[in-house]
Amino acid sequence: MDIEPRVSLLDALREHLGLTGSKKGCDQGTCGACTVWVDGRRVLACLTLAASCEGREVTTIEGLASDGDLHPMQRAFIAHDGFQCGYCTPGQIMSAVKLIEEGNASTDEDIAEFMSGNICRCAAYPNIRAAIRQVRDEAKADEDAAA
Amino acid sequence: MRPLSYTRPQSVNDAIAIVSANPSSSFLAGGTTEVDLVRLGVAHPDLLVDINELPLAELEEMPGGGLRIGALARMSDVARAQSVMERYPAMSEALLLGASEQLRNMASIGGNLRQRVRCPYFRDNVSPCNKREPGTGCSALEGLNRGHAILGTSEHCIATHPSDVAVALVAFDAVVRTVGPSGPREIAIEDFYLLPGDTPEAEHQLEHGELIAAIELPPLEVARGSLYLKVRDRQSYEFALVSVAAALEVREGVIADVRLALGGVGTKPWRARRAEAELVGAPATAAEFASAAALELEPADVREHNAFKVELAKRAIVRGLTSAMSGGAR
Repeated sequence: MDIEPRVSLLDALREHLGLTGSKKGCDQGTCGACTVWVDGRRVLACLTLAASCEGREVTTIEGLASDGDLHPMQRAFIAHDGFQCGYCTPGQIMSAVKLIEEGNASTDEDIAEFMSGNICRCAAYPNIRAAIRQVRDEAKADEDAAA
Repeated sequence: MRPLSYTRPQSVNDAIAIVSANPSSSFLAGGTTEVDLVRLGVAHPDLLVDINELPLAELEEMPGGGLRIGALARMSDVARAQSVMERYPAMSEALLLGASEQLRNMASIGGNLRQRVRCPYFRDNVSPCNKREPGTGCSALEGLNRGHAILGTSEHCIATHPSDVAVALVAFDAVVRTVGPSGPREIAIEDFYLLPGDTPEAEHQLEHGELIAAIELPPLEVARGSLYLKVRDRQSYEFALVSVAAALEVREGVIADVRLALGGVGTKPWRARRAEAELVGAPATAAEFASAAALELEPADVREHNAFKVELAKRAIVRGLTSAMSGGAR
């Protein structure tokens, strides 16, 4: 991929690779709609230069489902109606999966704090939190069953 | 559109040489300030020198008990390092109360110190702004200045320094270790930042091509009980209206040692030296805290919309010190 240095990772994904799942909200790091993973960490694609991602692993919402099966967080967002217009949802989901991996989802207060980088103008927050709680509790139940 | 080039050197010396040789080049670390300002047109480098591959991300113990934090360590990693949480909790808290987890995963600690102000007139790339275009005037003086500074101001600039973690660092007398075209040097963090004065375009001491390599925290017993209190318009993901880094050692009711610094009110991270001098040796009472807070805010220079910050800062100081005294409970 040949790309101008000023092109953001977000524009590279959307305009050059046709991966339009990651959304452009503010394009200045204040809304979280463009949240993706770079080398396994959640970051903002709008403030990341595509050129700086050479040799790094980038995961977008398109990469979350496997073999046509939705990721548990995607299923939980549907089950709990964790969106209204849906524009922030890919970013919310990419953030939420990492939130649980990071261990920052133990209370509603923590979920609110560590999801604060993802703004939802429709204010679907209670349902987003419900979806996150469900995935968190299922993951814990699976761990307990495996132990 | 201006042409922009990009390079990713593999050694510190190469990075410094490349930037030193080109006056229109910039270092690129986490990018959370630089990429934003380039897109807004406020910054216009013709070459970005990506330093993210350089070996400057380690946390190391220093002989004598201090801690050295590599400039490329990310905010989220520094905040959760056991050594930082145990020995310098106000620093960990300041980091976690800044930005969002995504931005903390990106932003480096060195870049945090060099972040530019959030003044809307600086960022809009249109309004007169002495910081962006020296000599054009300051639009904030008679403009929307609710978020602006009340300490360290000048008639040329009243922009607030936005960093949270720098507030904790000035409270702890951190040292900024740099390497540049003239070799390595260390700068006390309080001297690192410049008041706007007649030259608001200069925010820090670094020369072009000089790179922050590490931040060093001295061993500091009183810091173990420190805390960071942040007051803002919304509960998370917002800059401070007022913030306080506070640490206090009380012996038999008398203040033996105190560290106090303010964010959100100063044109630079504000070490509250006047208050500290008043407090050492005084009884640790709310009345003394209030009197020290009043002394610190005495030189406050308020504008139409930010006068409320004086009272807010006083109350935040009293609350911060009171909480620090009772072991960090907010």
